[in-house]
Amino acid sequence: MTSPSAPVVADNRPRPGDPLDPDAAISVRGLVKRYGDRTAVDSLDLDIRRGEIFALLGPNGAGKTTTVEVLEGYRKRDGGDVRVLGTDPARGGRRWKAQLGIVLQSGAGDSQLSVRELLVARASYYAAPRDPDEVLELVGLTEKAGARGRTLSGGQRRRLDVALGIVGRPRLLFLDEPTTGFDPEARRQFWALIRSLRDLGTTMLLTTHYLDEAEALADRVGVLARGQLAEVAVPAALGGRGTAPAVVRWTENGVRRTAETATPTAFVRELAARFPGEVPDLTVARPTLEDVYLKMIGDDS
Amino acid sequence: MTAAAPERPALAPLGRVCLTRAGVELKEFFRQRESVVFTLVFPVILLLGLGAVLDYDLGAGVDFPQYFMAGVITAGIVGASLQNMAIHIAGERSDGTLKSLRGTPMPAGAYFVGKVAQVLAVAVATIVLLLLVGVLVYGIDLPSGADWLTFAWVSVLGAAACTLLGIVVSTLARNGRSASATVTPIALVLEFVSGVFMPFDQVPGWLQDVAAVFPVKWLAQGLRSVFLPDALAAREPAGSWELGTVALVLGLWCVAGLVLCAATFRWQDREG
Repeated sequence: MTSPSAPVVADNRPRPGDPLDPDAAISVRGLVKRYGDRTAVDSLDLDIRRGEIFALLGPNGAGKTTTVEVLEGYRKRDGGDVRVLGTDPARGGRRWKAQLGIVLQSGAGDSQLSVRELLVARASYYAAPRDPDEVLELVGLTEKAGARGRTLSGGQRRRLDVALGIVGRPRLLFLDEPTTGFDPEARRQFWALIRSLRDLGTTMLLTTHYLDEAEALADRVGVLARGQLAEVAVPAALGGRGTAPAVVRWTENGVRRTAETATPTAFVRELAARFPGEVPDLTVARPTLEDVYLKMIGDDS
Repeated sequence: MTAAAPERPALAPLGRVCLTRAGVELKEFFRQRESVVFTLVFPVILLLGLGAVLDYDLGAGVDFPQYFMAGVITAGIVGASLQNMAIHIAGERSDGTLKSLRGTPMPAGAYFVGKVAQVLAVAVATIVLLLLVGVLVYGIDLPSGADWLTFAWVSVLGAAACTLLGIVVSTLARNGRSASATVTPIALVLEFVSGVFMPFDQVPGWLQDVAAVFPVKWLAQGLRSVFLPDALAAREPAGSWELGTVALVLGLWCVAGLVLCAATFRWQDREG
């Protein structure tokens, strides 16, 4: 990753009181959702552009699923204004749903039908669906077309959920923790699938608690903590880490040394001059996404 | 994709969606061994078991298997409608199937059309199976002439009322398993007090009155009129088959069931 000293991208996040953005795929102002006396989502403002992959990060209980389920029309909000593809989800009818693809955290339920039968049935609910066999190919389940759902592994099962979510040719795809329970190999394959969907022009809202996933896939990341967006930024700039001081580590006279510097190149050049050959155990690092993320949600844990 | 009226996306034709749902529901039922055994085969086992053990002479040349045909077909219809709907819809609600469907443009009506197709297919299969066993094993007399018509409308009306009630019960239950634990004893008790397993006039009077509130009693009574000679109508509480009342009570239960369904149906578990 060569990010040439990534400029601090203005987080251009809507402010409370801004009007809804009519051009956005998703526009949210002052969203509030309470369960009893617990406030799960506390005055959330967010715009997601068309064609964007937006990742909602946050610890369990931060309000990710609640937010997404309000946007999907499953839950009623207690306050605020929401537009999804120009429609208020609380009043979204069948024509609105025809433009969405929803991959729920809980999956699609048990069935006696084969993978292919499930996809063909789901496709028939839409006017212009994708070809089920092409979708099977896309998610890598062609060999499992005749298998029943419960004989699939966890990763295959999740890919079936995604297949069901995209067979209707959605303009906007919701993915709620799509790779939970995947092994690393399956996760890489899944990422490739998401990228190919992006190339087809699908807007995606992804929730995850895997930082590497957000960094690999998302155009922008929002960190949700205690029902509020702590920050919205491109992954490389999150927490100001694009401009944070670099940390240089090396070993000198048998002692492990650390220095923070805004000019690591010059620092290393000086360092190199002090040693005849290689600088022992030299590393230069920026804060990882995990470093800044943990700092942001730190108060929780 | 470009300027093709993005605010009014097209919808799939309703007929096609209903056809899909009917196909899905039939496959879901007939591929699940437990539901096939429980719903389809259980009434046959009842017929064979009780038919072998019980030996009544009800007069007018009617033996127990002939009397029991009406009862066991009632049990079959209740199983295919009330129990089947309550248990499986509750299961589909708790495992996320309903929630997932709700996120698609599938019209709610198509889901229920699919369920009706399932109940019809299962009920008809059960009835045919029971009639076959009844004729081949016990040599029962099949209905004749206008009795077939009575048979048809009583079955359809009874199945409709019980289907709607089953959908309501599915919503009251917390999940598939608790629905099964709730509805199975309810159905059995209703069947007992409705004269399904024994002559109705052997049920205590006050229990007869309780049974008369519920649709199962009227379904069984209507079916008795189909399978028993009219001489036996004298043993009914009113001294006749009361087919008009059968139609009225079952019809009222359909209306009540429809209202309750519309008022209570949920696509997901309650918000936590």
